[in-house]
Amino acid sequence: MAQINFIQAINQAISEEMERDPLTFLMGEDVVLGAFGATRGLADKFGPNRVRNTPISEAGFVGAAVGAAMAGMRPICEVEFASFFYCAFDQVCNQAAKLRYMSGGQARLPITFRAVFGAVGGAAAQHSETVYAQFLSVPGLKLVVPSGPSDMKGLLKSAIRDDNPVIVFEHGALGRLREEVPDGEHLVPLGKAAVKRAGEQVTVVAIGAMVPKALQAADNLAKENVSVEVIDPRTLVPLDEDAILASVAKTNRVVVADEGHRRGGAAADIAAIIAEKGFDHLDAPITRVTSLDVPIPFSPPLEKAAIADAARIEAAIRDVLGR
Amino acid sequence: MDVGKDKLLEMYHTMQRIRHFESKVRDLAMANEIPGFVHVSIGEEASAAGVCAALRATDRITSTHRGHGHLIAKGGRLDRMMAEIYGKRDGYCKGKGGSMHIVDFSLGILGANGIVGAGLPIATGSALAAVIRGRDDVTACFFGDGASNEGTFHESLNLASVWKLPVVFVCENNGFGEFTPMQTVTAVTDIAVRAQAYNIPGHIVDGNNVLEVFAYASDAVARARAGRGPTLLECKTYRWEGHVVGEQAFLGDGAYREKAEIEEWKRKCPLIRFEKWCAETGKISRAELDRIVADTQKELEAAIAFARSAELPDASEVTDDVFAGEPGK
Repeated sequence: MAQINFIQAINQAISEEMERDPLTFLMGEDVVLGAFGATRGLADKFGPNRVRNTPISEAGFVGAAVGAAMAGMRPICEVEFASFFYCAFDQVCNQAAKLRYMSGGQARLPITFRAVFGAVGGAAAQHSETVYAQFLSVPGLKLVVPSGPSDMKGLLKSAIRDDNPVIVFEHGALGRLREEVPDGEHLVPLGKAAVKRAGEQVTVVAIGAMVPKALQAADNLAKENVSVEVIDPRTLVPLDEDAILASVAKTNRVVVADEGHRRGGAAADIAAIIAEKGFDHLDAPITRVTSLDVPIPFSPPLEKAAIADAARIEAAIRDVLGR
Repeated sequence: MDVGKDKLLEMYHTMQRIRHFESKVRDLAMANEIPGFVHVSIGEEASAAGVCAALRATDRITSTHRGHGHLIAKGGRLDRMMAEIYGKRDGYCKGKGGSMHIVDFSLGILGANGIVGAGLPIATGSALAAVIRGRDDVTACFFGDGASNEGTFHESLNLASVWKLPVVFVCENNGFGEFTPMQTVTAVTDIAVRAQAYNIPGHIVDGNNVLEVFAYASDAVARARAGRGPTLLECKTYRWEGHVVGEQAFLGDGAYREKAEIEEWKRKCPLIRFEKWCAETGKISRAELDRIVADTQKELEAAIAFARSAELPDASEVTDDVFAGEPGK
């Protein structure tokens, strides 16, 4: 067990899985250099055959990952920023997601896509977006949003071993977050939520970078003897509905916090599930904390105004508690 | 190029299987016996037959929305293909794919594809897999003139060239992207010249001459297998039928091409040309060719009987096969 950060956890997971399975390989933009550190050193370790820089050619190399998977490989494909997925939407949504189903189960597509998402400070709208909602309504994709180094390592390893296309979304602002991470074999199953903080009076379902913000809000409210439970779904597909509903059944009040946009987002989806399946447990309306429905702006005060933060989560918790 | 008799018979058999299958599918679609869109490749048989005759069993192909011919040429079973087109459970994809999405991984058929240009990066990745695993399998990638205007064409040729991947890009230029004449929307007259931009060989091939297709494909496959990288072949051919069977219902007759043009191309029929060549050279007797036609007719009749009598899927199967390892999710 060692203290490592989010990016080191990614590096460790990929390195261990590539050592474990010779069918895995890594490709993407600047993966040899490891521009943000996540893949640094892997080219030296595994050589040019298995660690490949691609041209800036998302449709081409994402499609090639699909073809390589169809031919028996287990590609780990990095799309530098998640907004670049728009350039490869066909390859992810029409090909990777659908080919298993359309082929009557013949195709096996064990592809792990990795991409940085979220507002990191002044990156503007084309490098700051939370795009998983766009994939949420495409059946056939698994979506993973780790909130810290330990989950990152365990979820990424599980994603690489999964026989389906999985997109692992890595929030850019979590890069330096450090915590104890188990060495070696550490797997977090896809589809299992985590209770990040146990509480009694209100549930906050928080996704990705909203988890540390929700924990901060919970800390503040604890000083007023408000007991907040923070649930991190960790994977949006498959979604651990049981864990969310069990928490709501206990607290009877719920806030859903997500950095994605409000309209048609992950928070909307989770709120709808709670309304459908947990309505009888609710003592207050479900409340969402999301980013505004604007492209993420560049200038710091505008970016801050657009993005959900701990203060807004705290205000939402007070709201559902009527305080 | 001296081609052995077995190979000649194989190519003729393939062309007949395609012609018989496609003609029947057209008739069934016109009679509303099968659901959905079907795109047939009557008139284009030589490119599928000639290219696949240059491949071996462990080689792979990617195909298009007009894919029946490629699949048949790579060894696809007519009965399971027909059952899929009928939407039956015993079809290749359990009725979940239909005409545009037939796949048989055991034969190296990575699939027809409903999206124009989608097969190019998939073929590139399939070739990459062979390189990483140290195997010398080749992937042949069929696509049309329309796909050569897609970004994926350019991205894939670049990537395959940079990594020297064992892929043969086969452009079947049939003159039309849907209902639009190719020359009105394409900056070049010959798609083959686009190879120059990616530093790979590009050849114009008479796509209605199966022997010429086979010769060019054999060279390109040998080159790819030897680790010398991709080739672009442009097979000039023509689509006798419309873009989609039944298009006359919404377009009327003669909406975008002259009947005389179709008739001119019918005179260049790849099957008749091959038969004439056999007669001229004496390589294969008429009786041997007739036997192939009779065998194909029997195979097709059995395929239709199989498809008609096969069961439709049960509605409960709708949630199967979304994710590997989790049936019903």
